[in-house]
Amino acid sequence: MNDQTMTPQERAAGLKGMGTSRKRVEDVRFTQGKGNYVDDIKMDGMLFGDFVRSPYAHARVTSINAEEALKVPGVAAVITAKDLEPLGLHWMPTLAGDKQMVLADGKVLFQGQEVAFVIGTDRYAVADGVAAVEVDYEELPVVTDPFKALEPDAPVLREDLAGQTEGAHGPRRHHNHIFTWEVGDKDATEKVLAEADVVAEEMVYYHRTHPVPLETCGCVASMDKVTGKLTVWGTFQAPHAVRTVASLISGIAEHNIRIISPDIGGGFGNKVGVYPGYICSIVASIVTGKPVKWVENRMDNLMSTAFARDYWMKGRISAAKDGKITGLWCHTTADHGGFDACADPTKFPAGFMSICTGSYDIPVAYLGVDGVYTNKAPGGVAYRCSFRVTEAAYFIERMIEVLAIKLGMDAAELRRINFIKPDQFPYQSALGWEYDSGDYHTAWDKALNAVGYADLRAEQAQRLEDFKAGKTRKLIGIGLTHFTEIVGAGPVKNCDILGLGMFDSCEIRIHPTGSAIARLGTISQGQGHATTFAQIIASEIGIPADDITLEEGDTDTAPYGLGTYGSRSTPVAGAATAMAARKIRAKAQMIAAYLLEVHDDDVEFDVDRFAVKGAPERFKTMKEIAFASYNQAIPGLEPGLEAVSYYDPPNMTFPFGAYICVMEFDVDTGEHEVRSFYALDDCGTRINPMIIEGQVHGGATEGYAIAMGQEIAYDQMGNHKTATLMDFFVPTAWETPSYTTDHTVTPSPHHPIGAKGVGESPNVGSVPCFSNAVHDAFRPFGLMQSHMPHDQWRIWKIANDLGLHG
Amino acid sequence: MTKMHVKLNVNGADVEGQAEPRTLLIHFLRETLGITGPHIGCETSHCGACTVDMNGKSVKSCTVFVGQANGAEITTVEGLVNDDGSLGVIQEMFREHHGLQCGFCTPGMITRAHRLLQENPNPTEDEVRFGISGNLCRCTGYQNIVKAIMAAAAQMNASKEAAE
Amino acid sequence: MIPAGFEYHRPADLASALGILHEHGDEARVVAGGHSLIPMMKLRMAELAHLVDLQDIAEIKGFEIGDDAVSIGAMASQHELIANDDLARVLPIIREAALQIADPQVRYLGTIGGNVANGDPGNDMPGLMQCLNASYDLIGPGGTRQVAARDFYEAAYFTAREDDEILTRISIPVPAAGTGYAYVKQKRKIGDYATAAAAVLVGDGTASVAMTNLADTPIWSDKASEALAAGHDEGCIALLQEAIDPQEDMRGPVAFKRHVAEMVLRRAISSALSRRS
Repeated sequence: MNDQTMTPQERAAGLKGMGTSRKRVEDVRFTQGKGNYVDDIKMDGMLFGDFVRSPYAHARVTSINAEEALKVPGVAAVITAKDLEPLGLHWMPTLAGDKQMVLADGKVLFQGQEVAFVIGTDRYAVADGVAAVEVDYEELPVVTDPFKALEPDAPVLREDLAGQTEGAHGPRRHHNHIFTWEVGDKDATEKVLAEADVVAEEMVYYHRTHPVPLETCGCVASMDKVTGKLTVWGTFQAPHAVRTVASLISGIAEHNIRIISPDIGGGFGNKVGVYPGYICSIVASIVTGKPVKWVENRMDNLMSTAFARDYWMKGRISAAKDGKITGLWCHTTADHGGFDACADPTKFPAGFMSICTGSYDIPVAYLGVDGVYTNKAPGGVAYRCSFRVTEAAYFIERMIEVLAIKLGMDAAELRRINFIKPDQFPYQSALGWEYDSGDYHTAWDKALNAVGYADLRAEQAQRLEDFKAGKTRKLIGIGLTHFTEIVGAGPVKNCDILGLGMFDSCEIRIHPTGSAIARLGTISQGQGHATTFAQIIASEIGIPADDITLEEGDTDTAPYGLGTYGSRSTPVAGAATAMAARKIRAKAQMIAAYLLEVHDDDVEFDVDRFAVKGAPERFKTMKEIAFASYNQAIPGLEPGLEAVSYYDPPNMTFPFGAYICVMEFDVDTGEHEVRSFYALDDCGTRINPMIIEGQVHGGATEGYAIAMGQEIAYDQMGNHKTATLMDFFVPTAWETPSYTTDHTVTPSPHHPIGAKGVGESPNVGSVPCFSNAVHDAFRPFGLMQSHMPHDQWRIWKIANDLGLHG
Repeated sequence: MTKMHVKLNVNGADVEGQAEPRTLLIHFLRETLGITGPHIGCETSHCGACTVDMNGKSVKSCTVFVGQANGAEITTVEGLVNDDGSLGVIQEMFREHHGLQCGFCTPGMITRAHRLLQENPNPTEDEVRFGISGNLCRCTGYQNIVKAIMAAAAQMNASKEAAE
Repeated sequence: MIPAGFEYHRPADLASALGILHEHGDEARVVAGGHSLIPMMKLRMAELAHLVDLQDIAEIKGFEIGDDAVSIGAMASQHELIANDDLARVLPIIREAALQIADPQVRYLGTIGGNVANGDPGNDMPGLMQCLNASYDLIGPGGTRQVAARDFYEAAYFTAREDDEILTRISIPVPAAGTGYAYVKQKRKIGDYATAAAAVLVGDGTASVAMTNLADTPIWSDKASEALAAGHDEGCIALLQEAIDPQEDMRGPVAFKRHVAEMVLRRAISSALSRRS
């Protein structure tokens, strides 16, 4: 409305800007089945490709015979490593400084590894072709235990690294050793531990699992021989990085490569790296001159794509008698599978595991991580982990519980007396991070109060009495977690992916009639960016969010960015969005001043307009200003109204949260029930509360699955035991608990809108919460640590080992 | 491989085509008919992303051969849109209550919800959770999906009462 | 994901179906609801040249609910079993069990015939049918014969049915009025096979107990049933522990399964007794 009848509040509400639960623009197409995912893409003459995969975990490939396969009607070609070798593409670099076979080059290192790529006219013919390829294998001894892998006589996995005593991250001390990474003060920590009143020691294992987005990975590669341009649609969480890497390894100039991430059916870190399927599709398209589609099936996804976790974390934590923590020591054995394909910033081979001091003021600490090769799928960093923060949080939240047992203290109280205090921020952690802001005590007290903590403990004590008296076979467990996240990678000076600094970007262009288009370097896989980033722009510039088109994912049009994972979109691209918007607002101010014939400083921004200071009835709306930018010849100003910002964050951001759950366990059957789950998250400024709540529900459900039954398991021969959704636990609506969400707001002081990001917090916080409930239930009987997942038989085993089945 | 002739009614329109007998209904819908609402999320009949409504039943179209569907009446999520192009009630409530994030499970989930509310127009929350237990979601944690379906039920019941 | 090729047949009557089976021998298989067979075909663990779709054959559909006996066509879906109020009146245990099978979509197409004929130790209906002393009609080139469910299962995927026979009908005697019943199943999640399941009927001096997925066939024990009939619950439980032979898998080790089997059986007995009148 171009008049003064609406109040500023009403005008702001009309913008649907920051802080509103704006309904999602994406939903209009998704609810009608009109999304555009990779497997929806059809092109004339398109071919299909699929892999022959190894049934063995470790074997020489002595022959590959494609004769019968090539006779199958519709099969066009079969590609092996020999065909890729002249192009130098039989191996590819990983994001962790290692290299990975694209197709089996003499041997295979994990069950399900890609051996040959069959191309044909339709996926049914290709399936027949895959079944007809004959491969001869010579089995080799298998090692699936990372500790056994480091023994002197362990089988040699990486013959390609024979004799290489220097890896990408420093010296290698064994043929299956990848790297050693250390941070903190080892000597000082050892000293403190030796002199401490109380030391608790525990091996905390975070088991191997997998992100399992509902849409598997895939791509359509199309080389246009006429223009020389390669276009690849794919499940890429980092489309620009994929373009640059594709250019570097293929030799095709980067301006002749277009990467498009269309709608993506969930990423969760499974879709960050480059997979053999992408390379083979690209090569197949170049060779055949036709588009080639590869879409993996679920077993392929579970057997060969980026897994998550598999961290053996040995911890020692020391405290004074009063409970004040004096030191933390952690040594981690990291199982990376056959290749180190971890999607980490290059200087951080163990990601941000060094956030393992958590929410606590720990003066002295040491972390050492050893990466190890085994005969399992490659990877390690994925699944809403913020680069190993899930592992770090699980570690410290278990160590706190174990320390509480040692001290004979209530674990909630132990946390409180060790929290970093509000006046200590920005806080320098003993392992090198500067936490931006936090108020842990407020969050903690709010959480404990909300769940009625004292009453819960009383109920639990009564239940324990009833159990001992034989009146019940069900125990109550109260799960506590206070986690601190580190997200928003990150400052270019120390965060890069294969040399590409981890800034991000936003470009905004206002049209003459006042609506706008914005493009970002990130890519949503369900987080609702098209909805939420428009809200930032709406609040900053004063244009309704409904008038802003927001695009991502096409490298021909989007400004360069490092993509979406690690909860980095809001901290980095969100900041870029605000900064670009402010550049536009600054120019808009000058245009307004010109139109109103006053000095630049004599107008002020008021929601959706610039008004003359002291004379609010004299104003120009953003709509009027937009048109003027195309219509007026303004001295000293270019026409148009647009801006771009590439934002190099000064620091990471540190969201945090307090989660408390109550569970019941049947000691005879191992069955559990989640009675309640309370999640308080502090992600700083909240852009869209509805979307934040959705992220918490979803992330906590992933955490529920991980803690209570989901695992990637192998037997001793390296056979994958959980390669389908029969045995890989994804809960249905029936098993999944309900969540109560809550929040506090502690803005990030260094972020333009004070926002910290939240996508991964619920996975980080929920897993230790559920796991701590399990441990809490059996604590009175002497349980210190039992490894996840806490499925029925493992809970039964806890009870059995503790003599509760007598 | 010799093809067979199939005739179905999909979203109100009679369609026919040639397909190998082993063609799964999901592939016939997506590849031959270009109906890409239902999705593929697994190959072991667990995830439900491929759910369609066939002859009044919620069916995982990845576990049906096209010959078995010969002569059937099929509704996919695309067919739940109103004639004027506006979103159907369930679709609208999913949007209203943030019952989707990545959208991949959504077509199967909404198609299942449609049949669920035909079976039971006034379900409790437990009945909704049990009723959609054949559809996996990785993004939402189901809570808002359940809310959306309950809201759709309430709306549909209110409309029915108003009409009576 | 993609099965090997086959020829598809959709006969209109039983005679035609039998003819196709006879002609092609072990290269032909029937499909009812398809939710056991088709997943196996997609993994290429079942390969067949001829698929015989039974869905149009009227003779193997329908319910006859009498006061003494019930006759269910093999093509009755789990959904139909659940929805049939007359059936629930005389055999409520069937509805209770069917609701615990798979998920809503699978129940719409999955049939009782498919569930009992397959020989998959994980299926729920075989043990239940043994508990109910059901019998199956098998029709082949030689005619019709009836085989008791308690005699039907030989080993995993091996049953008394010949390749050229079709299981057409399940006949179940109706338990005496006032018989208590329960079907209790522990599983990891909805859609999973049983970690252990028990079907129990207990009446006035009568009882029948069977357990599922704890051996390579369902386990019905006459001795355990007699013990329960005589009121010796512990004896019944001990005898069933002797009879079962659980294997370790991702659900857990043998000791765990045995313990769960005991707990499931206890719950089923307790529930059945409380429903007895």
